[in-house]
Amino acid sequence: MARLLIDKDTCTGCESCIPACPFGALSMKEGVAVVDEKCTFCGACVDVCPVRAITLEKEEKAATIDLSAYKDVWIFIEHEFGKVSNVSFELLGEGRKLADAVGSKLCGMLLGDKESVDQFAKEAIAYGAEKVYVMESPLLKQYRTDSYARAAVDLIRKYKPEIVLFGATTQGRDFAGTVATTLETGLTADCTGLDIDPETKYLRQTRPAFGGNIMATILDYPNYRPQMATVRPKVFSMPPRDDSRKGEIIRETLQMTEDQVRTTILEFIKGAETVNLVDAEIIVSGGRGVGGPDGFKPIRELAGVLNAAVGASRAAVDSGWIPYEHQVGQTGRTVRPKIYIACGISGSIQHQAGMKTSDIIVAINKDPEAPIFKIATYGVVGDLFTVLPLLTQEFKKRLGR
Amino acid sequence: MKIAVCIKQVPDTTDVKIDPKTNTLIREGVTSICNPFDEYAIEEALLLREKHGGEVHVITMGPPQAIEVLKNALAVGADRVYLVSDKAFAGSDTLATAYALSKTIQKIGEVDLVICGKQAIDGDTAQVGPGVATRLGIPQLTYVSKIREINLEKKKIIVERLLEHGREVVESSLPALLTVVKDINEPRLPSLLGIKKAAKAQIPTLTAKDIGADENRIGLKGSPTWVVKVFSPEARGGSGEMLKGELTEIVPLLVNKLMDTKFIK
Ligand SMILES: Cc1cc2nc3c(=O)[nH]c(=O)nc-3n(C[C@H](O)[C@H](O)[C@H](O)COP(=O)(O)OP(=O)(O)OC[C@H]3O[C@@H](n4cnc5c(N)ncnc54)[C@H](O)[C@@H]3O)c2cc1C
Ligand SMILES: Nc1ncnc2c1ncn2[C@@H]1O[C@H](COP(=O)(O)O)[C@@H](O)[C@H]1O
Repeated sequence: MARLLIDKDTCTGCESCIPACPFGALSMKEGVAVVDEKCTFCGACVDVCPVRAITLEKEEKAATIDLSAYKDVWIFIEHEFGKVSNVSFELLGEGRKLADAVGSKLCGMLLGDKESVDQFAKEAIAYGAEKVYVMESPLLKQYRTDSYARAAVDLIRKYKPEIVLFGATTQGRDFAGTVATTLETGLTADCTGLDIDPETKYLRQTRPAFGGNIMATILDYPNYRPQMATVRPKVFSMPPRDDSRKGEIIRETLQMTEDQVRTTILEFIKGAETVNLVDAEIIVSGGRGVGGPDGFKPIRELAGVLNAAVGASRAAVDSGWIPYEHQVGQTGRTVRPKIYIACGISGSIQHQAGMKTSDIIVAINKDPEAPIFKIATYGVVGDLFTVLPLLTQEFKKRLGR
Repeated sequence: MKIAVCIKQVPDTTDVKIDPKTNTLIREGVTSICNPFDEYAIEEALLLREKHGGEVHVITMGPPQAIEVLKNALAVGADRVYLVSDKAFAGSDTLATAYALSKTIQKIGEVDLVICGKQAIDGDTAQVGPGVATRLGIPQLTYVSKIREINLEKKKIIVERLLEHGREVVESSLPALLTVVKDINEPRLPSLLGIKKAAKAQIPTLTAKDIGADENRIGLKGSPTWVVKVFSPEARGGSGEMLKGELTEIVPLLVNKLMDTKFIK
């Protein structure tokens, strides 16, 4: 068992450690800090103790695997509706840096049917993959957990990558969770930062937790490989495409039959909106301040001119003014557009959790004290029903639309 | 039908405040709640029981105080609840948690359906559901926004999954594991009678031994990931410029600023 040890004699009772604990596991008893069962051994308190009274006794796990057998950085090349997802290219860009830092190759992992794999493999190479591991089968035409997981597990077991990265999309998160469990290895979800520890050469994964209120850096124990993570779309920029690049394609076929796949996709009902929130470069969102379903009209008009997607706060969704698909926030979608325009949204901590990392935030709100202004790049105090039509008009003029 | 629901107690992030001086989380007075997505999971199980008959078994793994979320589950009508709690589970990451939950579900035995929330709002990983399904060797249907049909005789289920671009309608064999999103239902409130009953109920605690867990697969020992540092996110750059003056001036100014970004095409 790991243990958090607090040296009673050294502890000065300064209480620095108490707010540092993300789990509320520390308290004061008779003038010294004590720890309770909520402790997860994260070590956040260890660093803040000014007198070094706290130590974390980590149980060293005996390395049972041959680490040197695991090489290369793999990026899962996700595709949907005949198109590779941008996040896969973004990850190829970031993966290049990681591969250079560990001194290994950057590879793509591509699963699909005959029609798609050749073209997608070429694209992966154009965006930087030196090698692409391809598993081809009609069962892999569309993403399904069973066939994809089997394909990935077979490839990973055979070729032993050191690091495997997936986009933190609905597909990537469904997929990675299964693959990691089957391989019994670590998986860090929804990362926003990756780097290589200069000493150990292990992957350091940074991600938000508690609705974005804290950040955590996570390592995988050395006796688990590969190190795996899902990474949020749009955190890393797209690398340049170069179609003259050459790369190696390694092909495998999937040993699986249709009756071994336990799910069948019956149909796909496309969302009503033309632009989807997660991919959107610009989002115009409405909250309780829009006052009713008709209140989304000026929002939609502005969105139309800007080719933007329409978002909403939970208050607007719960009032039944707009469907849940549009909800941004902790219990909705996490978005990261270039521009987020929040109209009649107060900016609760849960709403912020879903949009705080947008490049530019514009807030339009009647109440100058609304918390949204604290995170806004530009704030306008005013009635959205007056401001929005003026904005729409002005943009129309400038854009000639 | 026999349904197992996994729920987690999480800190209420509405209460979470940041100390402006130290930039750390203020945990004092933060209440714990049932993970909001898990309330939809419980509700969906209750709705299915009303339609198809059967039992709803609710599981939580956590410290002793997590018993509160189980009391709520009893109050809204769960048939049986289990607190999976043991010092040996401390420090479990998603791999170890999914293992412990799957062992508990195996102990309950013969379930037709397992329902989890889409994700827990403290960790936001959305990994435990797929992990449990994989350990149990049953298909997983994530992000479910609607159950269209269940056929217990043919052991089939048809659901709608809410994805980025729309809804995917999928058929799967049973038993299966679902993770549900908020859109799926409207959770009920407990009745007075339910609350009274729950207050009196004895809630069984299952230890690592009770569920037959391999000690190398739980707690820190069974957790490949290791949190090495926790810190406050950087404050948002971009200073926050309030545009002041008449709207006739502000609007063109704002449009200029946004056009300058080159993001608008
Ligand atoms: C567990 C949990 C999860 C949650 N998850 C989410 C989530 O995912 N997403 C989310 O958004 N919320 C979420 N919430 C809810 C959140 O706490 C807030 O209640 C919600 O975000 C408030 O929405 P709002 O800003 O639209 O409404 P309000 O807070 O009521 O704000 C409305 C704002 O509109 C302004 N306004 C009114 N009229 C006008 C006008 N004519 N012109 C301009 N401004 C006007 C007002 O000044 C006010 O600031 C969650 C809550 C909990 C407890
Ligand atoms: N400790 C736990 N006890 C019971 N269920 C859990 C626990 N942790 C996670 N879950 C379930 O798994 C879902 C996803 O959690 P997570 O992977 O932590 O985001 C939750 O909505 C719960 O249904």
